[in-house]
Amino acid sequence: MAALDIPSSPGRGIRPLRFTPYVVLALASVPIFVLYAWLVYSSFFPSVHGFTPVGAFTIDNWRFLWDPASFPQMRNRPPIIPLTINTFLFAAATALIVLLVSSMAGYAFSRLRFPGRRPFLASVLLLHSFPSVTLLIALFVVLRSLGLYDRLVGVILVKAAFELPFGIWIMKGFFDTIPWDLEMSALVDGAGRLRTWWRVMLPLVKPGLLALGLLSFVQGWNEFLLPFVFMPSGSQQTLSTLVRGLLGEGRFVDYGLLTAVGLFYVAPVLLIFIVAQKQLMHIYAGGVKG
Amino acid sequence: MARTAALPVPRQSYAAAWWRTNATALLFMAPAAILIAVFFLAPVVITFAMSFTDLETSTGLSNWTWIGPGNYQRMFRSGFTFTILGNTLMYVGVTLAFNVLVGLGVALLSVHMHPRSGGIFRALWLLPRLSPSVVYALMWTWAAASPPFGMLNYLVKPFGLEERFWLQTDPWLIIILVNGFVGASFGMLVFTSAITAIPEDLFRAARVDGASAWQIVRRITLPLIKWPILFVLIYQTMSLFASYEYILLTTNGGPGLYGTEVWSLWAFHTALSNYYGNLEFGYGAAMAAVLVLMGLAISIVLLRVFRFGQLVAEPKVEV
Repeated sequence: MAALDIPSSPGRGIRPLRFTPYVVLALASVPIFVLYAWLVYSSFFPSVHGFTPVGAFTIDNWRFLWDPASFPQMRNRPPIIPLTINTFLFAAATALIVLLVSSMAGYAFSRLRFPGRRPFLASVLLLHSFPSVTLLIALFVVLRSLGLYDRLVGVILVKAAFELPFGIWIMKGFFDTIPWDLEMSALVDGAGRLRTWWRVMLPLVKPGLLALGLLSFVQGWNEFLLPFVFMPSGSQQTLSTLVRGLLGEGRFVDYGLLTAVGLFYVAPVLLIFIVAQKQLMHIYAGGVKG
Repeated sequence: MARTAALPVPRQSYAAAWWRTNATALLFMAPAAILIAVFFLAPVVITFAMSFTDLETSTGLSNWTWIGPGNYQRMFRSGFTFTILGNTLMYVGVTLAFNVLVGLGVALLSVHMHPRSGGIFRALWLLPRLSPSVVYALMWTWAAASPPFGMLNYLVKPFGLEERFWLQTDPWLIIILVNGFVGASFGMLVFTSAITAIPEDLFRAARVDGASAWQIVRRITLPLIKWPILFVLIYQTMSLFASYEYILLTTNGGPGLYGTEVWSLWAFHTALSNYYGNLEFGYGAAMAAVLVLMGLAISIVLLRVFRFGQLVAEPKVEV
């Protein structure tokens, strides 16, 4: 830890230390690593005690994909394929609504002056940090009176609304970085605002749209509480409620089946995370600053 | 509007002019405004209104009556209120300490690595936040499972501790770990971006003066990120008071009656999910109203204290 060495990575003020941070952080990260490793591992063995497999390598746990009836605990549940489609629809629709609505409002906040702009922007910021989960009880009444209770579309709208303050804030930030000139020439050429927004501005904020879209998709894909509370009657449920149902109270459960279903459920998220890690980290770091 | 008012225009075309000026903005803002009004503003108002009614399963949405502050009186007279309040304060306090300290630790350690390795560690710590809550809860349920499955039992065995079903014997330990490993990533991200924003000359100068790594952290880094630390403290206090998803998925408030029940979960159980079959929306709304009020108050504080005026400045470029 000789402090007077020449910085080993020029341009960075913080000089990497030799071993200490690696050892300490690696040890602290062991629980996370172990949990995810077990998730993969356990789905390919009949049973796992601690980290010791009981029995030989098998894909029996994955039979839920083609032969769910062979698991007694899967018999009274909706089949896996419709559940997966529901989950995908839920996530994709949430992402699309968030993208469309927040890129419109983000553009207005970034480029237009209109009465009520300041209080509106203030309330978006306020809602950004407001814990929306406290509103679930009232939302039950709202959905009931709108006729959207126990329907996928109702849950999609609630989820999209919950993600909206974050999305608007992020998109406003992306529009703020686009130089005015590019838009000006389109406007001077006689294109309307709506056209300019669609043809000129949206292509310029593509990285922002991609990052926000992926994040909203993941948030929708992962969502548990909203489908659990607002879609109680099965046919439109999602993968999260299936895993929750199988997990039950957690005492006598089939961990082999559960980890297979869990891994099937989390796999798309892991894939997105590996491919688009940089974008997601960036948008997360930007989003929590406000 | 001052611009148009200065001109001598007849009244009708004043309205028309306002419409022409603002139609575009209205078009762009309408979808967001509608969603926010229906799914945020209305629920806030409804929460408070409901808390003064006897709305429950048996009354339905049509036969309820206003009962004044009855739900609040009942809430404060309930024998469970203090148990649950105590649980909540313990849960929020310990988890908050874990989140902020571990988040700060991971941020500090990862910025003292080569950037690539630091990024990998931060990605690993972000993973629990990006995973479905049910799958993450499943992994911890396994780790805490009774013999012969759970990992924790194998870890404590060499230390002579008895094997157990952790969710029954030490539910708080598990709950705090479950929430802590998710919550720490929030502080980690905020602190990392705050630390990397510190001008590098400060670190160079300190090194030239012979400061050790610990001295640099103690005397330069920490004092310079005290605002982000305060921000994370306030923000996470609020979200922890409101959060119950991971408790619901692990202990569901047990073992026994209200063993790990916290305020927000109590509201949820009362109004939306309980074993008695009578969902008491009005009573649950009174419990939630306390949290909504707190959430609003803390959000306003965050808005005022953390550079709000600067964030909502008028657009620099105008037509």
